[in-house]
Amino acid sequence: MNKILLKGGRVIDPSRGYDMVGDVLIDGGVIAAVAESIAAEDAEVIDVSKKIVAPGLIDIHCHLREPGFERKETIATGTMAAAAGGFTSVMAMPNTNPVADNPAAMHYVKNKGEQEGHVHVYPIGAITKGSQGKELAEMASMVEAGAVAFSDDGRPVENSRIMRLALEYSLIFDLPIIAHEEDLDLVDEGDMHEGYMSTVLGLRGIPRAAEETMIARDIILARQTKAHLHVAHVSTANGVEMIRKAKREGLNVTAEVTPHHLTLTDEAVKTYDTNTKVNPPLREQSDVEALIQGLKEGIIDCVATDHAPHTIEDKVIEFHFAANGISGFETALPLMWHYLVHSGKFTPMEMLRMMSTRPAEIMKLPGGTLQEGAPADIVVIDETLEKTVDGKSFYSKGKNTPYEGVSLKGWPVMTLVDGIVKMENGVVKE
Amino acid sequence: MALPTKDLIDLEFLTAEEIMEILETAKPMKDVLKRKIKTVPALRGKTVATLFYENSTRTRLSFELAAKYLSAGTCNISSSASSVAKGESLQDTGRTLDAMGTDIIIIRHNMSGAPKLLGEAVNARVINAGDGTHAHPTQALLDLFTILERKGQIKGLTVTILGDILHSRVARSNIWGLTKLGAHVRVCGPPTLMPTEVEQMGAKVYYDIDEALEGSDVVNVLRIQLERQQKGLFPSIEEYAKCYAMTEERLKRAKSDLLVLHPGPMNRTIEIPTAVADSAQCTVEEQVTNGVACRMALLYLMSGGGQDE
Repeated sequence: MNKILLKGGRVIDPSRGYDMVGDVLIDGGVIAAVAESIAAEDAEVIDVSKKIVAPGLIDIHCHLREPGFERKETIATGTMAAAAGGFTSVMAMPNTNPVADNPAAMHYVKNKGEQEGHVHVYPIGAITKGSQGKELAEMASMVEAGAVAFSDDGRPVENSRIMRLALEYSLIFDLPIIAHEEDLDLVDEGDMHEGYMSTVLGLRGIPRAAEETMIARDIILARQTKAHLHVAHVSTANGVEMIRKAKREGLNVTAEVTPHHLTLTDEAVKTYDTNTKVNPPLREQSDVEALIQGLKEGIIDCVATDHAPHTIEDKVIEFHFAANGISGFETALPLMWHYLVHSGKFTPMEMLRMMSTRPAEIMKLPGGTLQEGAPADIVVIDETLEKTVDGKSFYSKGKNTPYEGVSLKGWPVMTLVDGIVKMENGVVKE
Repeated sequence: MALPTKDLIDLEFLTAEEIMEILETAKPMKDVLKRKIKTVPALRGKTVATLFYENSTRTRLSFELAAKYLSAGTCNISSSASSVAKGESLQDTGRTLDAMGTDIIIIRHNMSGAPKLLGEAVNARVINAGDGTHAHPTQALLDLFTILERKGQIKGLTVTILGDILHSRVARSNIWGLTKLGAHVRVCGPPTLMPTEVEQMGAKVYYDIDEALEGSDVVNVLRIQLERQQKGLFPSIEEYAKCYAMTEERLKRAKSDLLVLHPGPMNRTIEIPTAVADSAQCTVEEQVTNGVACRMALLYLMSGGGQDE
């Protein structure tokens, strides 16, 4: 395998607090050296001056839709979108058709990822058979087959006893249970956040309580079981507060937040644009501020896209009938850079920790570091590049973005996976 | 008048002046309705289609007659006879009507936001005849017209909207219209049927009907749907009636010239007992007549009437 020398970039490695202008040498698919100046005459030299070189982004929550929903996305198209967005590893949710609740399904996603994927794909197994919330799925067997975490995402585990058993059972293999926190009775077929906007629009509201009561329950169950609870897509201020208390108490609780919950409010729904329909729903400014603060403090451990691609037919219909979800891979980094880094709320180091190092840590995945010997999973970022979001140009089959036409500053310009250039200047290499 | 937008989705997007122009135009239209020969040629050569995804004989008929009195060609598509069952999208149905030369589409839909979706897909002008729990602008116009006709003005009046505010598009459109025209708006009903943060729309919230009615010049009594009780939003019809019906006793205690509006159809055994429904203070039949006049005014203005051409 060829040697590559990334020359003259601002190298940021949150795994060891490294932030210096220098070179990164890649050899044999791993990081061979990071230093102020490296001479390697036999290496292909790529000039990355004035750009940031960092560990590749890691997304612990996405929907690749395969098998079963190939009209929305496939592992091939989804991972192209991921590479375009600067991601080098993604964790695929099991709400496919059929639900990925068995070892064969883990093998399928893993193998397909290896054969057709453009980035590393790690399967998440279902907590319960068919994600029906009734019986535990064969979690230990799925771990053997490659599962890295468990979730019934898209649905809550409604039965408290089953959730308790799942958390207890996870102690065998010490992998996280990722909880989709939603009390369906309180959701009551709601379409958007319950507040002034839902009143004006006449859309049925989803109260914050629908999410918060379940976060509270699961934190209590995490205390009882001592298992690792990971709270998916936190969207409310009080949710952050409960997780803060759980962490202060020393519980094994982690959490994620999506780029859209960090950058949009329910005001965005005003035009009935179904691309703003997402679960949990876009909340209010006070929630956005608490989420940003929670991320800043590390109460929320990481940014996760909840990349949820849909077809036009699933989206351009009456709001109530439209599918939930946002196609997120290709806008995640620019959104975070534009709204949170350029605004001075986060340093580049802090943001990269939340998008790479920390997600790798909590999910025990390789990557998230530029340490010598680590896989050469790298993203190169041009902080000054400005582009307008254009859903039609997405690699993802899901063109469903609420950011259409928004100009963002700070984009990934190169993605390397195991030392191979997968994306350059926005173009994914086949 | 040039409406600010192609479509009439709600009064929220009109100014007080634009609302008043529609109401002023409705006056001569009401005179037309009193004539022996009720048709005028204002919309001759125009085609108006009613596209109803929800049953509503009253509103559909009101629009259809309004169009006919203005000499427009009309056609009616209702969900049972339509392509809905075949799975055609709302936009495709709209584009088909467009392709057949429809000038105005009047849509009733049980999903909030559907008229906006349709309007974005078609060249025809779209009038919202009620969408989900969002808006019912022509009902609000006829309510405003009725109040204006009886009271002479709207500014400064206290108007209570009574009942299931949460699920009421009539309430929402009335709040926009009334507050724009300077009325003090109160909304009254059980907390379980009160939408979140409705105060921000400019309405004061009351859970006690007697407090709400005190000092009110107008009460707009909303129809209670029986399925709300079945969903557990209040314990029983009897208890609802006890707490929130516009009874004769309450009418007696109220201002002597309290005007009682009801969008119909009335539940005479629940929210509006017969003694009140049939009293001289109740305007329910006038509202029906005024509804045709207001819809004529709107159709006229949206077909280019009143503009210099």
